[in-house]
Amino acid sequence: MKISLNGKIQHFNDNDLTFDALITRLDLTGKRFAIERNGEIIPKSQFSKYKLYDGDKLEIIGAVGGG
Amino acid sequence: MDKYESESEIFNIAGRNFKSRLLVGTGKYKDFIETKSAIDESGAEIVTVAIRRVNIGQNKNEPSLIDYLPPEDYTYLPNTAGCYTAEDSIRTLRLARELLDGHNLVKLEVLGDQETLYPNVVETINAAKILVKDGFDVMVYTSDDPIVAQQLEDIGCCAIMPLASLIGSGMGILNPWNLEIIIDRLSVPVIVDAGVGTASDASIAMELGCDGVLMNTAIAVAKNPILMASAMKKSIEAGREAFLAGRMPKKLYQASPSSPTKDIIE
Repeated sequence: MKISLNGKIQHFNDNDLTFDALITRLDLTGKRFAIERNGEIIPKSQFSKYKLYDGDKLEIIGAVGGG
Repeated sequence: MDKYESESEIFNIAGRNFKSRLLVGTGKYKDFIETKSAIDESGAEIVTVAIRRVNIGQNKNEPSLIDYLPPEDYTYLPNTAGCYTAEDSIRTLRLARELLDGHNLVKLEVLGDQETLYPNVVETINAAKILVKDGFDVMVYTSDDPIVAQQLEDIGCCAIMPLASLIGSGMGILNPWNLEIIIDRLSVPVIVDAGVGTASDASIAMELGCDGVLMNTAIAVAKNPILMASAMKKSIEAGREAFLAGRMPKKLYQASPSSPTKDIIE
């Protein structure tokens, strides 16, 4: 399936990918971030339950320096 | 108020207590070590941060701001810098709240255009209404228009943050009269946000009766940011004390000499 990650298309072979699995795949474990799918926030508490679907558009955000 | 009382006075924003009236941004520094050193030198407890996409796949061990400024040690103030509509700013702050485990104190800024970074007050008011209803404690960046400032207070914003001059301009306080009207008429804290260039600008803001000052560029872009952070800390404290002390009235002439007028040697 194809997923848009912060504006870049990535391909995944598995069909049953949870957010938890995606986070491991992206090496984001232990980092501080928040995820939005197709404009909706995915709560951290749901990462192990929610699955990704073909065509999902994800924004993964964090805090950076700013005024 | 005696000296002791003025030193121990507490600065309250939306039920949270602070000692420092200096709020600082975390952008434009050379690196994270300099960011942290300058912020610690400034004594600031509230630090603004921007919300951006995280790096995926590249430089995974690259340190992040959060490693240097743990949210447990500072009060984060996520901002909506770079947002030009109410919709974008609301989206950004909802993500920030999720990112920071429900932390709801935020800085709303909706910009009007990329050249001036002047606030779009119509979009700001629209966003503020929705964010306040959604449970956010909204500190809001706005113009120095007293009517807009009042409207933002009426909506329920917990601090009103008018500009001194344009973001990043370092031009200082261009309209002290408008700031005075805003300070005089509002009940929530008034914090000058943007435009401070050097220590005296911050002092003037505090002498006018502002409750605090938020700055970033003035410290980060100084030749020696750590020393400027120290200067800003002192200028905020000096300005606050001068405000509390109550300045002498200005006189055009007929000044009274400080030394006795009698028993002058003849």
